[in-house]
Amino acid sequence: MRQGTGRQLRRHLTALAVVSVAYLVVTFFVTNSYYQLILTLVPIWALFGVSWNILSGYGGQLSFGHASFFGIGAYTVTLAVVYWSLSPWLGILLGMMLGGLAAITIGLPTFRLRGHYFALSMLAYPLAILYVLQYLGFQEVSMPMHREHPVVFMEFSEPRLYTLIAVCLLVGGVVVSLVIESSRFGLALLAIRQNELAAEAAGINARLWKMRSLVVSGMMAAVAGGFYARVLVVVTPDSVFGMLVSAQAVVVTLFGGVASVWGPLIGAAILVPLAETLQAELGTYLPGIQGVVYGIAIIAIMLLSPDGLFWTIRDRWFRQKASTPIPDLMPVMTPPARPASARAGAPLLTVENLSRAFGGLKAVSAVSFSIAEGEILGIIGPNGAGKTTLFNVLNGVLSADDGSAQLAGQPMLGRKTFEVCRMGVGRTFQVVRSFPRLPVLDNVIVGAYGAGLSDRDAIASAVRALHQVGLQDQSGVAAGQLTNKQLRLMELARALAGSPRLLLLDETLAGLAREECDNVLEVLAQLREQGMTICIIEHTMHAMMRLADRFVVLDHGRVLATGLPRAVVEDASVIEAYLGKKWLARQNA
Amino acid sequence: MDLEILIENVLNAATAGITIGCIYGLMCIGLGLIFGIMRIVNFAQGEFLMLGMFASFYLVTGGKVLAFLGPYWGPFIGAICAAPAVFVGGAVLHKFLISRVSGLRTAGSLDEGHFGQLVVTLGISLILQNGGQIVFGSTPVAVRTPLSAEAYLIGPVYGAATVFLNKAKLIAFFVAILVAIVLYLTLEYTRLGKALRAAADNPTAATYMGIEVDTAYRIAFGLGAGITAIAGGLMATYISFGPFVGFDYVIIMYSGVVLGGMGSILGAFWGGLTVGFVQQFSALILPPQLQNAAIFVVFLMIVLLRPQGLFGRSAERA
Repeated sequence: MRQGTGRQLRRHLTALAVVSVAYLVVTFFVTNSYYQLILTLVPIWALFGVSWNILSGYGGQLSFGHASFFGIGAYTVTLAVVYWSLSPWLGILLGMMLGGLAAITIGLPTFRLRGHYFALSMLAYPLAILYVLQYLGFQEVSMPMHREHPVVFMEFSEPRLYTLIAVCLLVGGVVVSLVIESSRFGLALLAIRQNELAAEAAGINARLWKMRSLVVSGMMAAVAGGFYARVLVVVTPDSVFGMLVSAQAVVVTLFGGVASVWGPLIGAAILVPLAETLQAELGTYLPGIQGVVYGIAIIAIMLLSPDGLFWTIRDRWFRQKASTPIPDLMPVMTPPARPASARAGAPLLTVENLSRAFGGLKAVSAVSFSIAEGEILGIIGPNGAGKTTLFNVLNGVLSADDGSAQLAGQPMLGRKTFEVCRMGVGRTFQVVRSFPRLPVLDNVIVGAYGAGLSDRDAIASAVRALHQVGLQDQSGVAAGQLTNKQLRLMELARALAGSPRLLLLDETLAGLAREECDNVLEVLAQLREQGMTICIIEHTMHAMMRLADRFVVLDHGRVLATGLPRAVVEDASVIEAYLGKKWLARQNA
Repeated sequence: MDLEILIENVLNAATAGITIGCIYGLMCIGLGLIFGIMRIVNFAQGEFLMLGMFASFYLVTGGKVLAFLGPYWGPFIGAICAAPAVFVGGAVLHKFLISRVSGLRTAGSLDEGHFGQLVVTLGISLILQNGGQIVFGSTPVAVRTPLSAEAYLIGPVYGAATVFLNKAKLIAFFVAILVAIVLYLTLEYTRLGKALRAAADNPTAATYMGIEVDTAYRIAFGLGAGITAIAGGLMATYISFGPFVGFDYVIIMYSGVVLGGMGSILGAFWGGLTVGFVQQFSALILPPQLQNAAIFVVFLMIVLLRPQGLFGRSAERA
């Protein structure tokens, strides 16, 4: 359980209980069989929306093709009844497993893609399945009746029982979704959605979490599809694998409110009855009027409330009081004394002959240096010297062409970004990569989770990190509202929350005014006192002179000079690289 | 002889692949402008194609405005005339709807506004399809020209193997190439073209350079819609269609654009051509129902193996 989500979860569950009971009471008074069918369809489509929301709403992995899983569920249930006389109860379970399996099969190759490409590939899967099913001759499959065992085959003479089952399935889906939302799973997904690289650098295995969300989502969608098939009795490839089915999941969720568990429920409760009623009332005079009104409705909602109804309603009428309660900030503990002192002076990071080229450009070429435990090493050099590329290679964002890098004897190269982070390498970025919609504390907790801490320890570690950088008072504020300096400090705290052995800081002082700069420098100086090993890229010479124990100067990818600050700034080749030959000549004259 | 039949089939698939492929290429350029360059996820592109088909149909066969041009020239001139109508429609849609969820408004925001674009264009697509059903009816129609039933014969090439070139497809092919070349030259070498590309590529930077980004966007979006509409008008001379025809082609368009590499007009054309080729050749070995499945499989393989497209580049900075 994440900090502060326990109470929220209980509130959500209460609301869920109230809403579902109310819904069932309403159902009890409806006798028209057509309206009863609509009342059954609403929770089914809502469940499908909830499943889409887990992957695309929380995780931001836009899927245009969720019909794959819906259809797999539907066809599994139907074909199992037709060929094996398998009870739909078991059929739905089987469909759920196949949905999960399909999610793994689809996810393994498709998660190599991002953004547009991921979304479009997802679009192709259900359509490919659709054509294959048509080819195999499953154009229209209807479920045979088994009158002798009505309960086993879900053949109820009382249509309200279908609604009851649908509501139960939806409640199950919502609970799963709520649990995800309030755990590290949800936080990982939110972080990935907002900035995948930052999440990776904070130790989050983005691919694994995305995969998990797809599997949960696929299983849930298959359940919705399986029960849908049972209710309608007849399935066709178009009715369960078609584009409109995928669109249904997207539309009910976005209409109702994306990344909120209530969104799909609100969306389905409004749109499904609207569409069905229009079709029934006007369909004969104006074929397609349902689609037109549906289209107008979703465009209108998008323009008037872009995040969906839920968020607009909440922001307008349920404005959160002042600020969210800040978790009980425990007294600052100094971080555990590190065994570093035992082996002071031993090299923590050793880089040998590291090279990386982009085409013909040698961004990093045969770079060697080492950092001793507890040392602050400044990496300086003109623009384009290869400093950031060096960091990217070290923490696994880019691969190296040649050379080696070891952290306390362990090879670093060839590992993924989150693995390097878990070895104990924290990193900040030249352009701050925050999770703008998450509060500062959650931003920092992501780093603690990345290090594999338990919920309790993660919160403690994050709070400690916030104290270390002096942001404890901002912990409830959304990261998007921070000043540049605060963002830099927050990123630093995120890196610290994972209790790293080595910090890679990429131009932490960039764009800061003189005072702010001093402020950050104080924080860094304190970290040094505590024995932190830091490798920092910086342009501001005066700041570096105060901070760094030793300099490595890069130019055109090569190491130009290494040594004590004083010696390096007087080195002729360094002056030449920074200020040009003319300057050097004038100085010598 | 089996070999003769094989050669005949392969040659015919190749010629059909080239002719149909180039028309697909033109169709993909339209989406290439909107999705590839402006990065707007547009689900309604298939409906622009459909509107092009119906515009051409009403100009030539239904309303007979262009009937005086005769059944030979009429359909192709009709196809080109469909463009201005759809261009205006597209520009208006952009002004009132699309611009609210794209461009400067969403540059740099979370998800770059894709959720919004997805919903708005899906809404437009639903309105156009179903509205089309109300206005045009659901019975399939076709632009009538005797050319669609005539063919040039080349050969016999090998034994009795002969190549059949459908006249309607052949002329449509030439028109498509011509339009593509004119468009390419316009975009590449005129001031207007440069402004459009600059605005679409980086709206913020273009604003600083004094380009009226809003206007440029509107024109680019309308152009994308209009170009696809021309392709629709051309296709209308050899297939029959209804208001829901867009669905079948929207995937082909996205395949083409992604295949060719996002952000490249020429790439989109080559991508469309490739898709046409794959489709025609898969007809040789696969049953007709699986032809579209084959396109998706090729699409998925390309995306997975070379996500930057066959002709594109990719870059990401940390």
